[in-house]
Amino acid sequence: MAGPLHAQINGKSRTFESDPETTLLFALREELGLTGTKYGCGEGQCGACTILLNGAPRRSCQLSVADAAGKSIVTIEGFEQNGQLHPVQQAFLDQGAFQCAYCTSGMIVSSVALLQKNANPNEAEIVQALQGNICRCGTHPRIVAAVRQAAKAMHGRNHERR
Amino acid sequence: MSADDSVDIRTNAQSGKSNPCFPDKQAAEARHTLAQPARAGAENVLNPSAVGAALPITQSAESRNLLKGSNKARVAPETFIPEPERYELRSNALHHFNLQRRDFFKVMGAGIAIFTVAADALTAQESGTRHENRDQDQPKDISSWLHINDDGVVTVFTGKVEVGQNTRTTLAQSVADELRVPLSSVRMVMGDTALTPFDMGTFGSRSTPYMSPQLRRAASAARDLLLAQAAAKWKTSAAKLVASEGKISNPASGATLTYAQLAQGKTLAHDLPDADPITPAAQWTVAGKSAPKLDARAFVTGQHQYTPDLRPARLLYGQVLRPPSFGATLLSADLAAAQAMPGVVVVRDSDFVAVAAPAERAVEKALSAIHAEWKSTPQISSNDLYPYLKKNSESGADHQKARETGSIANGLASAAHHLEQSYTVAYIAHAPLEPRAAVADWNDGKLTVWTGTQRPFGVQDELASALHIPKDRVRVIVPDTGSAYGGKHTGDAALEAARLAQAARCPVKIVWSREEEFTWAYFRPAGLIEIKSGLSVDGKLTAWEFHNYNSGGSGIQTPYDVANQRIQFHEASSPLRQGSYRGLAATANHFARESFMDELAHVGQIDPLQFRMKNLSDPRLRAVFESAANSFGWPRKKTQLGQGFGIAGGVEKNGYVATCAEIAVDQNSGSVRVVRVMTTFECGAIVNPDGLRNQVIGANIMALGGALFEAIEFENGRISNARFAHYRVPRFRDVPQIEAVLIDRKDIPPAGAGETPIIGLAPAIGNAIFHATGIRLRSLPLVPRGLNLQKSNA
Repeated sequence: MAGPLHAQINGKSRTFESDPETTLLFALREELGLTGTKYGCGEGQCGACTILLNGAPRRSCQLSVADAAGKSIVTIEGFEQNGQLHPVQQAFLDQGAFQCAYCTSGMIVSSVALLQKNANPNEAEIVQALQGNICRCGTHPRIVAAVRQAAKAMHGRNHERR
Repeated sequence: MSADDSVDIRTNAQSGKSNPCFPDKQAAEARHTLAQPARAGAENVLNPSAVGAALPITQSAESRNLLKGSNKARVAPETFIPEPERYELRSNALHHFNLQRRDFFKVMGAGIAIFTVAADALTAQESGTRHENRDQDQPKDISSWLHINDDGVVTVFTGKVEVGQNTRTTLAQSVADELRVPLSSVRMVMGDTALTPFDMGTFGSRSTPYMSPQLRRAASAARDLLLAQAAAKWKTSAAKLVASEGKISNPASGATLTYAQLAQGKTLAHDLPDADPITPAAQWTVAGKSAPKLDARAFVTGQHQYTPDLRPARLLYGQVLRPPSFGATLLSADLAAAQAMPGVVVVRDSDFVAVAAPAERAVEKALSAIHAEWKSTPQISSNDLYPYLKKNSESGADHQKARETGSIANGLASAAHHLEQSYTVAYIAHAPLEPRAAVADWNDGKLTVWTGTQRPFGVQDELASALHIPKDRVRVIVPDTGSAYGGKHTGDAALEAARLAQAARCPVKIVWSREEEFTWAYFRPAGLIEIKSGLSVDGKLTAWEFHNYNSGGSGIQTPYDVANQRIQFHEASSPLRQGSYRGLAATANHFARESFMDELAHVGQIDPLQFRMKNLSDPRLRAVFESAANSFGWPRKKTQLGQGFGIAGGVEKNGYVATCAEIAVDQNSGSVRVVRVMTTFECGAIVNPDGLRNQVIGANIMALGGALFEAIEFENGRISNARFAHYRVPRFRDVPQIEAVLIDRKDIPPAGAGETPIIGLAPAIGNAIFHATGIRLRSLPLVPRGLNLQKSNA
């Protein structure tokens, strides 16, 4: 493949120098320093490396740099705007929805993706959306509560705008 | 090359190839990661790099004498003393103190310092010294220290580490509480061998019962010192002054002085005097209330740097060539192709073969270019495990002698019913989501390693020993870590990264793959447990014989009243590498005991809760059973097919737990779903109710895995299910409705809570399955492939 690859990452155009076959996870973390996205299994089973690729939640350990070329990527670092946490981040904070918090980035990205698709998910829909994310500390009930809080907050915010 | 050659192949240095270290482009942005990841504001009070350079390594005779304070027992009288598990005690003895008192203020700046002196045996074992291998030349009695600077910032130094159990927050709460400052004034420096005093490790639920009182005493001494300063200034008696909110005030005159003002220009260092009163739990103001995790914002924004997130300049990525099976020895390794690759460093040192390179693909290519021949040895498979453990068990060593009271034979002779059963518990993996990882950096013959371990000082010792360098040339720093559960006692990744970095002459990062995690870490011990008991006509236990083969002695003593007992742990030679795990063998021993108690209740035709109460006098255990049963609505009547209810409980490490479970068995598939869990936990005075609730519920969710489906499968020295796709851990859909009742005993000193809440769930579920189906399951995991409803052994 000729020339470096580009992608839109957290709203900015970035260039990858890594070999195009490098996993997107490694390139994001080690080349671009976006270490909020975590390695947990390398087999697409734990969700710690979840990012938004053109708005959809994807496992960055299962993608290559070449797969991401020309696309738009949002990582956990891309949610905070002007010092203001994303409502999902705020809800995780308010609910104390973590222990070691290593899974938290992936949980938040997956939750944001869910709420973009479904503004008011019920419990079963939240569970379904997060089924591919592993939390070993057992914080699941708080994570579900956080998604519900975020849904409410985002709903309210959307109403205010209108 | 023969197998016993020990060759260090420094590709870059020896071949004159270009330096393989990553270009310096990351240097500027990455440099800050070389310090302990900064806690908010902590960089204002100390610069760890500067500390490292300034610290003298050895201890002068003068300061040794200063440190030999005489202190009385530090353990609250009511505190039960848990015996550290045997594999925890295998950690080597280590005595350590880098910071001389006279240098302390050079590093910390002016202020007031309190050194906690650990003079009694138990505290010393925790944090200062050990009984074996006593090194008389090293001070061993400093276990923590605390400093108040002239900005009023309180910095606490402890060798404990944060692995998700929230001890950073709860220890800070205790200090804030005792010192009468807001929580936001307290900075915790944890788990850094160059900055914090020696600590045995963060395990055994010991931080809250042992470290917390030590820090409280230091804080209390500092408060007294501040009161005395103010009293001298105002020419009044300290008893007339009040400390609160970081200030000393004189109610008579209305005068106030902040701690910052009082600390200005001072260099006051005090050993902790004897018998400082600790504020009773009933008077706590900061502790005893929920406080959010310190620095929580850094975790929801992805800014917190775990070990794998560190990126020092010139970093290389390392990977180890793993043997094809456990115990395999290296016959030959052809390294030439890998060595020829630009930028690649290859190390062979005995059977250790590893590569480092500046990029992921380069590491993979180099590793796959190595052709190695291994000699494997035949090994047993998981199918043959339990007979093997019993056959290969030992007895007779002093520490495993049977604990015997009365006579089993007499007890059985007087019984109306006899029962004898055996139970098994599989090896399981900790599977912490942050895999074992390390970043190693050599500088001028000194090694710094960042790694997620529960034993920074133990890993320092491992590194010094493996690399044949003095301990004082090794610094281990533990960033707050992505969980451990007892699985991160050793420094495997640290050794690997250090060895590679030594050869590469660049920093090297090793992050274990998930498959390596599932294979080369250690496991919770598998075990076989045999129980024999007798029951009188009126439902009282007449005899209790209990043998545990291999899994361990934690929680092995029965809390029930029985005069005739014989209880023994038999160490066995384990086919797999095994070690600590959350709750250790207490899960296995409680699974066996509480399942067996349920079986006895069935034999005696008594309600399982009533049966336990009939044989139980420990009031704290009775209280949690009553609480859980009341909250759950015990006894419950089945209202549908496949529904079942179970109860179990126990005590371990001074924590009392009772757990009720409701399960549902699908009549077609035989799959078992846990519907509802109600658990009551009591661990003395509660330091942080929200944090405790998180731990208790989290432990129960983690326990679901070991209870229902987690098991390591192995054959011919290989793990057959070393991936999350094949090793099932609890996920969202597995999580039941789960409630925790926390009993706050302000009259009892707090115990640790990270482990014991895990022990009640497996037997409660097993008992519920029996209640639902009449099928008694005696092996953990209970239903890895669902329930075979055709089978009935009731």
